Amino acid sequence: MKSYHDIGGEPGGEVDQTHYEYSLWELRVDAMLRLLSSKAKVMTIDELRRGIETLGEDRYDKERYYGKWAYSIAALMVEKGHITQNELDQRIEQVRERMEASL
Amino acid sequence: MPHDHHDHSPIEIDEGMPEEAQVLSEALRELLIEKGLFTADDVTKQVAAMSKRTPGNGAAIVARAWTDPDYKSRLLSNGPSAAKEMGFDIGAAQLLVVENTPDVHNVIVCTLCSCYPVLLLGPSPEWYKSKNYRKRTVNEPRAVLKEFGTELPDSMEVRVHDSTADMRYMVLPERPQGTEDWTEEKLAELVNVDALIGVSTANSPV
Repeated sequence: MKSYHDIGGEPGGEVDQTHYEYSLWELRVDAMLRLLSSKAKVMTIDELRRGIETLGEDRYDKERYYGKWAYSIAALMVEKGHITQNELDQRIEQVRERMEASL
Repeated sequence: MPHDHHDHSPIEIDEGMPEEAQVLSEALRELLIEKGLFTADDVTKQVAAMSKRTPGNGAAIVARAWTDPDYKSRLLSNGPSAAKEMGFDIGAAQLLVVENTPDVHNVIVCTLCSCYPVLLLGPSPEWYKSKNYRKRTVNEPRAVLKEFGTELPDSMEVRVHDSTADMRYMVLPERPQGTEDWTEEKLAELVNVDALIGVSTANSPV
């Protein structure tokens, strides 16, 4: 069965050419992938893609480019045992509180 | 001593509530620094290095190929080594440069994801990763090109290259007429990212 990422040749609408400037957090996600794959060598580009292709269609459609990467990298780091889901969930809460406090 | 690198530098927020993915990515960055997989400084340096990878690198390569036939043949036979010759190290990544001619126009897409010569040109434009571009470019390239203001004669063959993580492409556009005595530097200004992907041609001299 064709997966949701396999869309070449399907009908589609006009290409939205609006310029989008990446935020610092998105550039850091890019940096993390390069460091984890080339320097720490704990994941590969193919694994990043596998992670993106198993995000589920809703998340895949909702997230922009580096959002997809962030979720894929997080899932891979948990799967490989570098971090636990519990640690990640707790840290997400802490970061959220910190960000909201600084608004 | 991973904890020495713990970094709570202020987080830039454009406006309103941060996106979920932004929160997740910051949590991930902090945890992976603490686990010693990289340092905060590594991330900063990597971001800075990536900012030097721009379509201007591709434009410089194209301008050199336009003015130096020997370089052009090296470029078409071995993209990564020709890039390195110009000072652009793209590591182990593969790069196939495809040449536009009066009879053939090349255009690049990645239907399955968003593969692109990022280590040479920096992150791709947002539209390159859009679903509509990925869906349509393989079966109606002329219609897609028209949206970018590029109309090709029916007699011209259009070749669409579908990229993978193992093979990434860059287009060598045709040199515009009326630029015979131009310097490489000036020629490079005629080449933008659209021309390197092949949704447009190089700009004509004004």
